[in-house]
Amino acid sequence: MKADRIFGLGVILIASFYLYHATLIPMGFLPDPVGSRTFPYIVAGVSLLCGILIIIFPDKIIDWPHIKVYGKIGIALLAMYLFAKTLRPYGFIIPSAVVAIILSYLISPNIKNAIITGLSLSIGLFLVLNYGLGLGLFAFG
Amino acid sequence: MDLLANLSQGFAVALTWSTLLLAVSGCFAGTIIGSLPGLGPSNGVAILIPLAFSLGLDATEVLVLMTSVYYGAMYGGRISSILLNIPGDEPALMTTLDGYPMAKQGRAADALVLSGVSSFVGAFLATIGLMLLAPLLANVAYLFGPSEYFALYLLAFCTLGGLASKNQIKAALASAVGLGIAMIGLDNQTGLPRLTFGELALMDGVDFLVAIVGLFAVSEIFIFIESHGKNTAIGIKLDKITIPVKDIVNSGVTMLRGTLIGFFAGILPGAGASLGSFLAYMGEKSLAKDGNTFGTGNPKGVAAPEAGNNAAAGGALVPMLTLGVPGSGTTAVLLAVLLTLNITPGPLLFEERPEVVWGLIASLLIANVVLLIMNVPLVRLFVKVLSVPPHVLLPGIAMVAFGGIYSLSGSSHDLVLMIVFGLVGYFCRKLGVPTVPIILGILLGNNMEDNLRRAMIISGGDWTYLFSSGIAIGLWVAAIGGFVAPLFLRNLLKKPKPKI
Repeated sequence: MKADRIFGLGVILIASFYLYHATLIPMGFLPDPVGSRTFPYIVAGVSLLCGILIIIFPDKIIDWPHIKVYGKIGIALLAMYLFAKTLRPYGFIIPSAVVAIILSYLISPNIKNAIITGLSLSIGLFLVLNYGLGLGLFAFG
Repeated sequence: MDLLANLSQGFAVALTWSTLLLAVSGCFAGTIIGSLPGLGPSNGVAILIPLAFSLGLDATEVLVLMTSVYYGAMYGGRISSILLNIPGDEPALMTTLDGYPMAKQGRAADALVLSGVSSFVGAFLATIGLMLLAPLLANVAYLFGPSEYFALYLLAFCTLGGLASKNQIKAALASAVGLGIAMIGLDNQTGLPRLTFGELALMDGVDFLVAIVGLFAVSEIFIFIESHGKNTAIGIKLDKITIPVKDIVNSGVTMLRGTLIGFFAGILPGAGASLGSFLAYMGEKSLAKDGNTFGTGNPKGVAAPEAGNNAAAGGALVPMLTLGVPGSGTTAVLLAVLLTLNITPGPLLFEERPEVVWGLIASLLIANVVLLIMNVPLVRLFVKVLSVPPHVLLPGIAMVAFGGIYSLSGSSHDLVLMIVFGLVGYFCRKLGVPTVPIILGILLGNNMEDNLRRAMIISGGDWTYLFSSGIAIGLWVAAIGGFVAPLFLRNLLKKPKPKI
């Protein structure tokens, strides 16, 4: 119930931010009874209304995971972000091996299995994607 | 005669070696994806879209591949329902009710074969239904002007969250979020930037493929991490596969009834395969003489929902191809494929690109035969795939999604945006906010706004023009009904529980 109220509040804040930016949309020169702002106004209005209704009528049960799971999701996020940033300078094989090892370890904490999985996936998928499907990825940047 | 001529044109496209190979590969990949618990057809198609585009295939080939994955995933969903009591996807939920009890009675192989045949009957007849009904509906679509299209899009948003969602407010919010994202970028009419927050990278708007892969595939990674990759089938063994002729014959009428119910449920925008399988099961339970044994391993309780959900998959293609409004989550993802290929679904599609429509229909007919072969004699192979450990499967899914998107755009910005959408998708799923309306909003937002603006230009700013025709009024009424009805129907449509 509390989570939904916080969520509703977040929706109201984001919708207000969106609404403010919608007021800054430049108008065109052609005659248009609706204009560029009306639809974003409607969307922001509906979102605001939904945010208020979510606060008034929150869902009772939301199945949140244990705090440790958020730690794991945070690590996965960081690994994927670094993958996205290192793919161009370092190529496909090394970043994908690292992220696959981390993801594999997060699901089943066995470092040996994770390393074998990560390396085989990275090399195997590179060969399939690059030579089998012709995707044009770089091996080492 | 036109129909036969069109179909023969379709088969000319579909019966080339490359198209056939794509159909077989799509069916195979789809069945694997569908059979894996948690990975439904929407996720499957979403993961494979970037790959399909990177392969440099033409429009028809991409569509054949993706719809084969779609149909394959619909077939595959039943495998884990029967063997593990965990539906491979939402529409396969009803199959657990009698499929799993059959497996517990030592009849897993019979249940798999029977459900495979039922899937074939449902999907094959629905494809014929698509062939007959789509051109008729396309003719009706000629009567649509901007006010009718605006009301039609509204209907899709009002119903798509519908029964699949537990909370109408959150379904409405999801649609608004999608529409809000669609507004980002250059305004179609003025060419001026809107809501780009000063970011140059947002001038082109948000690429819906990035959003789709993020919301469906990347969020699945977080869900997997949370569940520690439970729901595996390691150690599952299957007896000798034989054809349960008696069960198939006894369930013949059941399959036909399930197909009919499922097909029409699929056509309703937003209802999709889940409603199809549910209504087919409940309908059969009330009609069958031995309806009281449903939930204890009655073969008809397997045949009805499987015919129903596969028929609904075909039915959902009807509004997607003729009106550009998807009938289900997966067809929303397929709509993204069409739009990326610069194909605008609608009545003109049947005249301007007949090779695409009829090639697709012919491929679906072929795909069904391929799927029957794969899912009956070769079902043991997919049961083996089911036992791939999640710590291998999940990083594999992640790498395919990342590799595909990166090879399409070559931009790390898109990858980061995809991760952000993944996180948003995860929290949406935790908070009960459906993700399909977000995708639909991103896909249809600009069209919806364009039609509203066009309607207002025609009428000189008179908002009552939106209700100026019978069709528009009918669509508005259906939209309001579609939004309000689930509030009352949700309790009535509670899923029954198995009896053992």
